[in-house]
Amino acid sequence: MIEFLQQLINGLSQGAIYALIALGYTMVFGVLRFINFAHGDIYMLGAFAGFYTAPKLLSLTGGGPSYEGAALVLVAAMALCAAAGVIIERLCYRPLRAQPRLTVLIAAIGVSLFLENGGQFFFGADPQAFPEIIADSAIELPASWGDFALLTLTVGQVIVIGSTIVLLAALRTVVMHTRTGMAMRALSLNPLAASLMGVNTDAVISFTFAIGSAMAGAAGILTSIQQPSIDPLMGINAGLKAFVAAVLGGIGNIPGAALGGVIIGVLEALVVGYINPTYRDPLVFAVLILVLLFKPSGLLGKAEREKV
Amino acid sequence: MKRPKTLLLIAIALCAAASFFTGGINPYYYDILITIGINIILAVSLNLVTGYTGQFSLGHAGFMAVGAYSSAWITLTFGLVIGTSLPATGSMYVLALFGGGLAAAAAGLLVGVPSLRLRGDYLAIVTLGFSEIIKGVIQNAEPLGAQRGLGGMVQHTNFFWTYAVVALAIYGILTLVHSTYGSGFLAVRDDEIAAEAMGINTTKFKVLAFVIGAFLAGVAGGLYAHFKQFIHPEGFNFLKSVDIVVMVILGGMGSTAGVCLAAVILTILPEFLRTVSDYTWLPGPVRDLAENRMILYSLLLIILMLTRPQGLFGKLDFIRSKKS
Amino acid sequence: MIFPALILGVCVPALAADPIRVGEFASLTGASASFGQSAHKGTELAVEEINAAGGVLGRPIELITEDDQSQAGQPATIVRKLISQDKVVAVLGEVASSKSLEAAPICQQNKIPMISPASTNPKVTEVGDYIFRVCFIDPFQGTVMSKFARENGWNKVAVLTDVKQDYSVGLAEFFIKDFLANGGQIVREQKYSTGDKDFKPQLTSIKASQPDAVFVPGYYAEVSLIAKQAKLLGLKVPLLGGDGWVGDSLLKVAGKSLDGSFFSSHFSSDDASPLVRNFVDKFKAKYGEVPDDMAALGYDSAMILAEAIRTAGTTDSGPLRQAIASTASHAGVTGRITLDAQRNASKSAVILTIGDGGFRFVKKVEP
Repeated sequence: MIEFLQQLINGLSQGAIYALIALGYTMVFGVLRFINFAHGDIYMLGAFAGFYTAPKLLSLTGGGPSYEGAALVLVAAMALCAAAGVIIERLCYRPLRAQPRLTVLIAAIGVSLFLENGGQFFFGADPQAFPEIIADSAIELPASWGDFALLTLTVGQVIVIGSTIVLLAALRTVVMHTRTGMAMRALSLNPLAASLMGVNTDAVISFTFAIGSAMAGAAGILTSIQQPSIDPLMGINAGLKAFVAAVLGGIGNIPGAALGGVIIGVLEALVVGYINPTYRDPLVFAVLILVLLFKPSGLLGKAEREKV
Repeated sequence: MKRPKTLLLIAIALCAAASFFTGGINPYYYDILITIGINIILAVSLNLVTGYTGQFSLGHAGFMAVGAYSSAWITLTFGLVIGTSLPATGSMYVLALFGGGLAAAAAGLLVGVPSLRLRGDYLAIVTLGFSEIIKGVIQNAEPLGAQRGLGGMVQHTNFFWTYAVVALAIYGILTLVHSTYGSGFLAVRDDEIAAEAMGINTTKFKVLAFVIGAFLAGVAGGLYAHFKQFIHPEGFNFLKSVDIVVMVILGGMGSTAGVCLAAVILTILPEFLRTVSDYTWLPGPVRDLAENRMILYSLLLIILMLTRPQGLFGKLDFIRSKKS
Repeated sequence: MIFPALILGVCVPALAADPIRVGEFASLTGASASFGQSAHKGTELAVEEINAAGGVLGRPIELITEDDQSQAGQPATIVRKLISQDKVVAVLGEVASSKSLEAAPICQQNKIPMISPASTNPKVTEVGDYIFRVCFIDPFQGTVMSKFARENGWNKVAVLTDVKQDYSVGLAEFFIKDFLANGGQIVREQKYSTGDKDFKPQLTSIKASQPDAVFVPGYYAEVSLIAKQAKLLGLKVPLLGGDGWVGDSLLKVAGKSLDGSFFSSHFSSDDASPLVRNFVDKFKAKYGEVPDDMAALGYDSAMILAEAIRTAGTTDSGPLRQAIASTASHAGVTGRITLDAQRNASKSAVILTIGDGGFRFVKKVEP
């Protein structure tokens, strides 16, 4: 029982990471109907942004790990990733907006490969040790909880789950209660009508990329707190899982992305812990295929009727 | 194209003749030559699925893997029993190639059927998923060498076999697609809903494209396995699928002639780039970058999409098609 | 007039000495780049040192390196190029056993000696008598740690294997075989893949099986994270491992979580012997990082080749092969290397422990 609960906790904190990355996929798909293949690599850029800025930022807050320092690093990484996302969109995706979707998908594959191999070229192929921005340690659960005190909860896990909730809430506020958020929703419903109503399509799309990339960047930092080994290829796996999470939850649906992320994270933990870790990746693909076969709109999505 | 069958027979005869002269070639050039042939088959087969039928497949390497491992298993299991006489090994090899192709075709059926309802991006990801699952199965299959790889195949592949299959593949696909029946493929690509409305069984064409494409990829896999004499699951990963996709895109989806040329260019180019490091008159960083093939490949993809997405040949082909 | 001409006649040939061309194939880009680059750096350093000391047989060594991009299918093409196009006299490579297995038949067919720095799959040298390696093979290393575990009274061991790496699978296999044969108990077997970052599910399962120690025969990138997460989950037993643990980022990432763990290796970068110190210092000076096992093995493979050319007095393939095969007690940075009848390296292993931010020597184990 305890082992099961422990796996649940493990899955939850990993799932939070997937949820953050999945948000980017889902938002971009929502407004552009396009899967940004390179999104997982933005997550990697976030981790490296943190790696390079942390030493200077931490020294501003008195050197050494601290919550203030970590917050600074998080904001810096999110900003850098947002910029990266906007630049990529402007250079590689915007010119292709009128082209068949295949063209921009292939361009996205190209961007992804460029970021990965460019990363190996510029950052080096060896894994790097991410500096400690928060002292991660196990939390002692009170003995009065009996058996439950045997569970291990780490500071890192709490921070990841907590930060994810905060970021999700912030995103929801932006999407539901701001004009830009409304513009995003309008664009995802009907691009033509939205632009006719005066929505600046280009600006809103850039904004969407910026937010999605910022979320991925945040995921990169949060992940590095618990798993301080970063390398240029780290985005491949995480990106793929997050994509499946987005599809599972209903692509284009923001709460769906969060739900999908959590489900994939927990499912992974259970399969690895109880069945066979070699089935981890094939399982995730199997989930994808099953979802697309039986409920392509995902758990929370609505079925789109294609009008001829 | 007049009398395609005659042209085919002449092509095969030429292959047979040429293969007598390949004994003396520098083994490195020979390697490139055979690799070009295998890549042409892969590109042409993917072109049927993606170019002519409009089904974007990112998992073609998976079919190649099925063919490679199946044919290798056949020759490794029966090779000892059958003796070493030329007719015996020759027929076993042909059977192995065919067997590999059939196994791959079965895989194509398995992938094609569920993918029917999916379009564009989703289809791409699902085909990628299937390819990863195939790879995962091989990685866990002890009799196939799992993660250690499978080796010991005899080098049956030679110029004749490779290019005979190239000729057959090109002939087969061109005559298929440019026949009246075959315009069904193009109809599915151009407007699936209109095609359905016209009574064309789009399901059948989509599945057929996958099956034929997979069959040829499987045969290519068999040729590959019996040339390199060692295969490993990581050799059939996503990057391999991307390699083949780039050939189809560069060549112009829907142009067999284009993808053949693209396959040749993209096989020779990396080898050419290896020699760039010897050109000391180029500045150091440029040479470093040239050696990093993957960075150049990715830039090529992006620039190609931004400037000429229809590829080299666009819709031009060996045969002038009746419709534009 | 005659004197200057004579002097010129003697000097000029030495300056224009025909280089000895040695081929190297490695994964310089792609998924296995960190290992390939390490081995290449070690090899490059060795060749530089050799040439600075006047080369071999009066001729400099020209190292022709090709990148196989971590892609299967490339080693065969590259090695064909090195042999037929570049006319190398020997080939160094590869780290990954699957890539060595792909290239070895070609080298064997062409009677060009091939020395692998780090491929551990027993099948590699079985390809033929022109194929050599300078590292241990799994049967030896696996038993080393198995014996060590039993000597310390750890009779219930859990095993955590990297199933994507031939090296890890092989090492685990031989550890388990030896451990069970000698009365030990394997209480749990868990797996992961290269590139994984989260091991909490596997570690949770292992913790529940209450082992005395955990054998983790993987590479440093994952081991460092495994150690960290194990400590966080409250798994306090020692971890045991192999030479794959040696890497620049191991302690940087793991911090104190590896203290009290043990691993077998050929090479200890804080070995006080002048040979190792010299290598480590030169490597740090040239590349700005501490060398790992791959680099050390790459270095030794090149040195052994050079030594063999000197011994043979020629680069002709038959005599060269013979000279390499009779390498005995070569003083390498990874130990005293003797190539046995199966062309594998017979050398002692060292067991090291981790503490105070570094490695500490525990004992030496003879083959």
